[in-house]
Amino acid sequence: MTDEAEDHHQDHDRDIVLEVSGLKVHFPIRAGALIRRQVGAVKAVDGVDLTVTRGRTLGLVGESGCGKSTLSKALLKLVEPTEGTIVFDGEDISHTRGEELRRLRSRMQMVFQDPLSSLNPRQSVETLLTEPLRAHGIRFDPKTKVAELLAQVGLPSSAASRYPHEFSGGQRQRIGIARAVALEPDLVIADEPVSALDVSIQAQVLSLLRELQKDLGLTYVVIAHDLAVVRHVSDDIAVMYLGVIVEETTSEQLYDNPMHPYTKALMSAVPLPDPVAEDARTPVLLSGELPSPANPPDGCRFHPRCPFRQPTRCADERPELIEYEPGQRVACHWAREIASGEITAEEPEQ
Amino acid sequence: MSEKKPPLLEVDDLSVTFSQRGRDPVEAVSEVSFTIGEGENVGIVGESGSGKSVTSMALMGLLPERGVTVGGSARYQGKDLLRMSRRELNRIRGTEIAMVFQDPMSSLNPVVTIGTQISEVIKRHNRVTSKQAADRSAELLDRVGIPDPRRRLSEYPHQLSGGIRQRVLIAIALACEPKLLIADEPTTALDVTIQAQILTQLRELVADFGTSLIMITHDLGVVAGLCDEVHVMYAGRIVESADRRPLFAQPRHPYTGGLLQSVPRLDSPRDEPLEPIPGSPTDTLPWSEGCAFQPRCSNAVDQCLQQTPRLEPDDGRLLRCFNPLEGGGRDR
Repeated sequence: MTDEAEDHHQDHDRDIVLEVSGLKVHFPIRAGALIRRQVGAVKAVDGVDLTVTRGRTLGLVGESGCGKSTLSKALLKLVEPTEGTIVFDGEDISHTRGEELRRLRSRMQMVFQDPLSSLNPRQSVETLLTEPLRAHGIRFDPKTKVAELLAQVGLPSSAASRYPHEFSGGQRQRIGIARAVALEPDLVIADEPVSALDVSIQAQVLSLLRELQKDLGLTYVVIAHDLAVVRHVSDDIAVMYLGVIVEETTSEQLYDNPMHPYTKALMSAVPLPDPVAEDARTPVLLSGELPSPANPPDGCRFHPRCPFRQPTRCADERPELIEYEPGQRVACHWAREIASGEITAEEPEQ
Repeated sequence: MSEKKPPLLEVDDLSVTFSQRGRDPVEAVSEVSFTIGEGENVGIVGESGSGKSVTSMALMGLLPERGVTVGGSARYQGKDLLRMSRRELNRIRGTEIAMVFQDPMSSLNPVVTIGTQISEVIKRHNRVTSKQAADRSAELLDRVGIPDPRRRLSEYPHQLSGGIRQRVLIAIALACEPKLLIADEPTTALDVTIQAQILTQLRELVADFGTSLIMITHDLGVVAGLCDEVHVMYAGRIVESADRRPLFAQPRHPYTGGLLQSVPRLDSPRDEPLEPIPGSPTDTLPWSEGCAFQPRCSNAVDQCLQQTPRLEPDDGRLLRCFNPLEGGGRDR
């Protein structure tokens, strides 16, 4: 599908590829030996609104257990959403299934964290790369297509006849990326694309993702726990905590002006490879650990660990995402007071 | 590298070779020399396969005896750890030198309570009653920032989160107030906010106990705020050793420089392009034939293929390179 065709039937100035509203994914917890009753639910994703614009990259950051991977799976309809709508390219896909969903999948692809476990070890690179094309019945010239895909991701054409185990981690991730872009998808979701790789290799893969975006006009959703990585590849960033988005902003603003206390803590926790900066900063340390998503705290989900916690509202009123600055939405009752310095952080008890 | 007192640990020309029948022996670590003084924090940085973990295992005497040849010396308070009898080593390990590993789940015994596991160490090295050991265990858990330590004592590792488990390991390591703590990627498996908590505590604890720390990691950010001196390893050898400030401000070895430029930084302009190191850590040359980093090096000259570079003093640091970087890395 070409960009021109897209432009015709979309006449907004912002061409939206994916729009998610009120998305919830709950996994039931069942108990009982004979009669399996549902006794609760793990609220992995609990009310998420997102917009992904064509040609841009949305970064999703959060720690393990915050629901970012579940959210990405729900976007691809790999898990069924419990509630809410997913609109992909103007079409509501929340309840799409079967053949229609299969066709849709050719337009949304995924890059996984560990290429060794996501590539079939018994298939040659050529088979791996042409499989998606064959599965979707797309005609191609086997000779040139494979070489072209390999060239796109910076691998020699001699790689075609080799097997995944013959490659290094970085090269395997390139194969995974080539496989994802083989169908020229509208949307690529990359779940922790570099976290399994060596430090010196990460930059290669990040640069590759950027180049491909420029050349092929791809739209990405990049999921990672490393804020520095996410910030480097993304235009917009959504910070997730315990199934909800707590802050959504542009990549530039995130560093200059993080507003949500969790974002502040996350930013100050990222170690900087710079002794001068490290010595100068005072980390916003969080107390405790992530609560269970089966039994999330009432009110603001972050309040039990929040160093800016206030006696009112925080514990009993769930904050909505509110636009405080242009392009910056924050789910915190006290964002304005925290930003102005009226409310300051408390030292966490250790 | 100022030395006022004799160093606590003096590693000299350490080498580890793995041999397997029918295969060429592999030299995982060679020519590793460094010293650590009392109360000093030293970082060893390298990617997978750089030999950083093998170095720590060799120091602790944790490598298998069969098929492994350990050369050189590691003098701890004048005594060579590598030539010590098992008995002597057992006395030193735990009381004098302790280690924290990366994966807390596999280093804790899954069928024994946390309390028993900490008391075990205390009782092994001190003459105390079970009650005293339990009190001390609770105190240690409190020190490493675990809330409600008494209750935790009777819990099993699977009941704890990753961050708490790692703290338990640190508590076990510090149980006998060792003089030297070797931490091998202690926070790699953890989330950043938990990592920040643990690193801050670790820094405070080693300062309080006066413990020296060897921090082994792949993350330059972790050592930047923690270690006085940093050794960068590549393919089994130290390629650059320097105090942390000059090292980060002006990396001289192309590998150090490359590492610093290939990680996106939170505080740098977003559009600053990364300069990845080409190739992968497996594209190395045997050190016997030249510089192992040559195939990936942007600064390589002909000499790098003909001669093996030696670790030589260079303006207050040690450097193994024929053609080092000049004006420093990122802030050119």
